[in-house]
Amino acid sequence: MAEEVLRLAGVRKSYGVGTPAETEVLHGIDLVLTKGKFSALIGPSGSGKSTLLNIIGLLDRPTSGALYITGNDTGSLEEAQLTRLRGRTIGFVFQYHYLLSAFTALENVMMPLLLERGRPDSAMRETALRLLEQVGLGQWRNNLATNMSGGQQQRVAIARALALNPSLILADEPTGNLDTQSANNVFELMRKVSAASATTVLLVTHNMELARRCDRIIELVDGRVVADRALAAT
Amino acid sequence: MNDLLPFEWIAAIRFLREGRMQSLFIISGVAIGVAVIVFMSALLAGMQANIFKRVLTSQPHITLQRPKQIARPQRTDEPGQSILATVQKPSQRMSSVDQWQKIRDEARRRSDVLAVSPTVTGPAFVIRGDASQAISLIGIDPEQYVKIVPLPEKIVRGTFRMTNTDMLVGTQLADDLGVQLGDKLRVATAAGGDLTLTIAGIFDMGSRGVNSRNVYVLLATAQNLLHLLGGVSSIDLTVPDPMQAETIAQSIANETGLDALSWIANNNQLFVALNAQTFSSQMIRVFVALSVAAGIASVLVVSVIQRSKEVGILRAMGGSRGQILRVFLIQGAVVGLLGSVIGSALATALIVTWRGVAKNPDGTPMFPVTVDPHLYAWAAVIATLTGLLAAVTPAIRAARLEPVVAIRG
Repeated sequence: MAEEVLRLAGVRKSYGVGTPAETEVLHGIDLVLTKGKFSALIGPSGSGKSTLLNIIGLLDRPTSGALYITGNDTGSLEEAQLTRLRGRTIGFVFQYHYLLSAFTALENVMMPLLLERGRPDSAMRETALRLLEQVGLGQWRNNLATNMSGGQQQRVAIARALALNPSLILADEPTGNLDTQSANNVFELMRKVSAASATTVLLVTHNMELARRCDRIIELVDGRVVADRALAAT
Repeated sequence: MNDLLPFEWIAAIRFLREGRMQSLFIISGVAIGVAVIVFMSALLAGMQANIFKRVLTSQPHITLQRPKQIARPQRTDEPGQSILATVQKPSQRMSSVDQWQKIRDEARRRSDVLAVSPTVTGPAFVIRGDASQAISLIGIDPEQYVKIVPLPEKIVRGTFRMTNTDMLVGTQLADDLGVQLGDKLRVATAAGGDLTLTIAGIFDMGSRGVNSRNVYVLLATAQNLLHLLGGVSSIDLTVPDPMQAETIAQSIANETGLDALSWIANNNQLFVALNAQTFSSQMIRVFVALSVAAGIASVLVVSVIQRSKEVGILRAMGGSRGQILRVFLIQGAVVGLLGSVIGSALATALIVTWRGVAKNPDGTPMFPVTVDPHLYAWAAVIATLTGLLAAVTPAIRAARLEPVVAIRG
């Protein structure tokens, strides 16, 4: 049986708890992601995709239900412990790259390592350079993040997400701002790095064409998983 | 990236460098504030030192005198009986401080007293032909007295020579009587003393009154003229810290039962004025520091808002609240420190300019303005702390940002 990276059990999320305007946006989600799989999360706007992604990414807590990451129950963790776990086990790629504009491409990739270890060192630089080369941007390492194209910036963000060798990469419409060609390149790159390091990826997308090229499609409608099917290996 | 610096320093410096204009403006603001404080403090210190020097070099810090003679009525009122009497104040006769040698020796033994000099002071006349002028005759022990008032430095003509037939007169008196070095003058007192003395030196104390009134002679000569043989009318003291003179004077007065007059009590108005000046300069310092702090805080608040998405992503990548907090605190401290360094340079330039501009009509500097190196060190420490404190609120704000809100917002 495949190794379990993430397990959600009966996850509910309400906003405005205790007020008359209380609304539940996730109505008991059960979900398991296994190691090395590349899954797509699709659904119309307002279906709760981003909320679910934030909960999985430990950026937000569920109102009820349990969340296990690599077997650890996250419900009992303190804020600071969550932050550490998040840094070590989860890599983020957002729709917008959110690279730090004051740093070069290489330094941006180093950032998660730097936050973890406190001081830069040559091992960190080597890791970051290897990752930049992996996303095809080795020669751009000393460019400021702001002096790159959108596709390149997103590739730097992918390299950055991989820096701590996370168990899970959460990608929130990483291709949403890119033209078809760049979007395709970024998607292929993510598939490639996921395969190379057996990293689990959960990709939120509106692009059905890309979703069909994943291992699995999870469809969310109105805060419920309405469809969950594995696709034949492509 | 410098491998020696931790993440917080690297990020703080990069953020400051990236926000070039903002950083430049706020560092300039701090620099101007520091320059004003340093320049003003140096100017004030120079001016006050100059005033102290002028006031204190022509007078002792403390003068010990015999307490005033008072009349004590012999009668006391019996119970149920009242006495109607007017007690007339006695006129103060010239007389010596009792056991002045003992008091002098005791004063010398005190650690808070630098120099002790007994003097005889009394009224007299100088007479030259038909002209006469009232003077204040001061008999001194030259060796001791120069430790209290640096008379030799004040001599403008002649020398500080004191034998029992010599006298030192002020420039104004010499002018009024039309006398020169080596001339002889008769000195007479109401007590009947009458001597003819030679002018050995002419001094300038920087005060017209003193220059026309004071005449210095040897202690024995004055005792002789004022009929106070073997006695002294006062004992003059110098203390290491002139600002403590009043406290020391009180303590000596309590121990000896003598009247102890400090220069502070004698120049009360000047002293109040100096204190008011010091107080107002401290107020200016506090308010400049506050406005500098407000400037740093407002720039950092804006910076936190501008960087909220970057802060959010740093937090999402595993950055702790503490790390974010420190990044912004360091920015405040660095702004304060850089500002103080530039401000100190600016203040030095201002002082050099001032030295070139503020001159007496004869070209000599009005008063010396020097900067104590400690002042620079203090400016740096205070500005850095101010920056750090100003950064507290923005830094807490940044640290409290929720990654989701920051990234989405």
